[in-house]
Amino acid sequence: MADELTPQVPPDQPRIGVDEWVASVEGKRERYRGPVGWLRRGWDTAPAGARLLAFVIPAAIFPLVTTEGNLFRYGLITLLYALLGLGLNVTVGFAGLLDLGYIAFFGFGAYTYGYVASVHTGHHWPAVPAILLAIAVAALIGFIVGFPSRRLVGDYLAIVTLFFGQAFVVFVNNGDRINFWPFNRTDLTGGANGLDNIDPLKLFGWTVNTTKEYYWFTLGAFLLVIILLYLVSESRTGRAWKALREDPLAAEVMSMPVNRLKLMAFVFGAAIAGFAGAIYGSVQTGAFPGDFDVGLLITIYAIVILGGAGSLAGVIVGALVVNGVPELLRDPNQAEWVFYTALVLLVLTKVRPWQKLVTVVGGTLALGFALVAIADAWFPRWTAGEPNTGKLAHWVSHWMLLPSHATQIANWAYALTIALILVLTLLRGWWRTIVMIPTIYVGAFAWENLLVEQTVGATRFLLLGALLVVLMNARPQGLFGTARVEIV
Amino acid sequence: MSVNGAASLLALVGIDTYYGQIHILEKLNLEVREGELVSLLGGNASGKSTTLKTILGLVQPRNGTVEFRGENVTGRTTSYRIKRGMAIVPENRRLFGPMTVLENLEMGAYLNRDGRGRKEDFERVYTLFPLLKERRNQLAGTLSGGEQQMVAMGRALMSHPKLLLMDEPSMGLAPILVERSFEIIQQVHQSGVAMLIVEQNANMALSIADRGYVLSTGRLVLEGPAGQLLEHEDLRKAYLGR
Ligand SMILES: Nc1ncnc2c1ncn2[C@@H]1O[C@H](COP(=O)(O)OP(=O)(O)O)[C@@H](O)[C@H]1O
Ligand SMILES: [Mg+2]
Repeated sequence: MADELTPQVPPDQPRIGVDEWVASVEGKRERYRGPVGWLRRGWDTAPAGARLLAFVIPAAIFPLVTTEGNLFRYGLITLLYALLGLGLNVTVGFAGLLDLGYIAFFGFGAYTYGYVASVHTGHHWPAVPAILLAIAVAALIGFIVGFPSRRLVGDYLAIVTLFFGQAFVVFVNNGDRINFWPFNRTDLTGGANGLDNIDPLKLFGWTVNTTKEYYWFTLGAFLLVIILLYLVSESRTGRAWKALREDPLAAEVMSMPVNRLKLMAFVFGAAIAGFAGAIYGSVQTGAFPGDFDVGLLITIYAIVILGGAGSLAGVIVGALVVNGVPELLRDPNQAEWVFYTALVLLVLTKVRPWQKLVTVVGGTLALGFALVAIADAWFPRWTAGEPNTGKLAHWVSHWMLLPSHATQIANWAYALTIALILVLTLLRGWWRTIVMIPTIYVGAFAWENLLVEQTVGATRFLLLGALLVVLMNARPQGLFGTARVEIV
Repeated sequence: MSVNGAASLLALVGIDTYYGQIHILEKLNLEVREGELVSLLGGNASGKSTTLKTILGLVQPRNGTVEFRGENVTGRTTSYRIKRGMAIVPENRRLFGPMTVLENLEMGAYLNRDGRGRKEDFERVYTLFPLLKERRNQLAGTLSGGEQQMVAMGRALMSHPKLLLMDEPSMGLAPILVERSFEIIQQVHQSGVAMLIVEQNANMALSIADRGYVLSTGRLVLEGPAGQLLEHEDLRKAYLGR
């Protein structure tokens, strides 16, 4: 029987399916040359364990070389975000469900832990049962929300879960005077003041206290979850989630249990959020309604989307960028480095071919030095300002006009930058290259004279937003996402 | 039992299907017997895909019954019907683009939890399409149209169907590939799978079919043995262009 099934292809006929496109595939693959191609191929072919080590080794060295404050801001918070990102990655990235109530599960985790282990309530459970309970509560609530919504797709699920997320905030704000069975006159959540005095984690006689200890604990938790998720994503269920995300109708005619798979992903994500919530509650030694609002939801979505929905490595990188960049920008000196690094990278990667690149770089440098020379000679006011602190700012001051009382001028420059960027999008070819020169200069002018001073405030989020836009433009599928290939 | 002795595998009896208020299929009667290859022909928007959706239970008919393997499955879910032995190669194939060929095939065998049986299924499909074995780790979305067609057929065959439904397998393929792909369809058919093939390419579809039906705006206008249809005046004028 096998014999008569084998297609007998006459040698002079093309094999079925082999056409020009396929013939050129190898060529296309070869185009991944140069250092970037080498890195990418290396990453793609490395075994999963090696890829994990590429993250674990720096993560393990970090606490040994940094200060307590930096370990908290860059290490611990990034890890917590990344852990949250992993859970959201299951719901959104693996299964393609738009869950806008995700942060509520994080909140349920934190409040559950706080309820069974804090001075506020008087219970003092050890960490293991308390965390398990937090996970179970989050998963159970995920099930309750997900069960009736499992038939919902797209926008409808988003609306239901968004409502649920807001209902959670209302609930914890008013949960200090619950007055119905079985909670007669109990204080579940501490109301608007939150649950305070939450216990540190107590693990078999070891109490997790310092930032460093919390860092190690969270790193361990993160590794546990990421390994688990890796195994799940390689399992039949994991692949079914992916299939479901790609084409629900095709998944259904393969007779996959679509609704059950959706519900599983939803509950799985909720459980991970609950786990993260319990850790967060103990780190903060408190759980407050304001911590579980839309702002955090947006942050976690930014992490998952930036990293590439469905990619585990992407979550780590996404968390590093989304948490790290705004933190770096708090300090004007570091902000200076971030700004110019991003600017140089942008120019280097986006301006092609080399003739134009040389024109832009050379032109911008020349323009700056010329303007400073002219100002020194005839308009001293334009270089009378103080350079910002830091080595880089000092170098830049030879190239950049720094007027005294610059605020008003810098505001105009800021507006002019935006106008010039809009003009840039309309231009093509050499005109674009030439207009790029004043655009960069005026932009840097606004940065030096105005924005860098304000990075503590709103500017850094503006900059993060700009960075995200640029990154998503360069790689719409996210940094680590696989291209979503349209099927003919 | 039908005239030529083969038992009826699929029977649509008096089917009326609506999309909202729009009456799409009108009083449709159609039969596929065991081991038969039947073509369902018709122009654009004549209701061919709707017929397949009705058979699979993706839309419910307002009147009429769908019988499969002697059982009335009209009210049953899609997944029940697939468990009973239907499979489909959908219009435009609808592969899982960012997943590998192997994973796509695996999804076709989602029902089959028994590991050893699954291995045999893979072997069966690879014997039929050796190219798929070669390309099993390539992402399905990066395959050419003809290769995607093979993956889609392989994926459908992974669940051991009794009846394979195909929605316009020739769509988007170069003429030489259309010919090859119909040869493969014939080979699959010879291995004992009954087929219902929806096509606009009437000539090709009838050349390999046992019988054919012709649909026009939701109504059957012609039916009969494939050879007879090929010679039929009206059909030749309408579809074959000779
Ligand atoms: N989901 C739908 N809702 C409303 N009308 C539909 C839907 N799907 C198809 N139709 C209409 O039903 C008719 C038949 O469609 P279809 O069965 O897809 O045709 P064919 O496959 O023969 O090209 C067309 O007029 C089409 O516009
Ligand atoms: Mg159709």
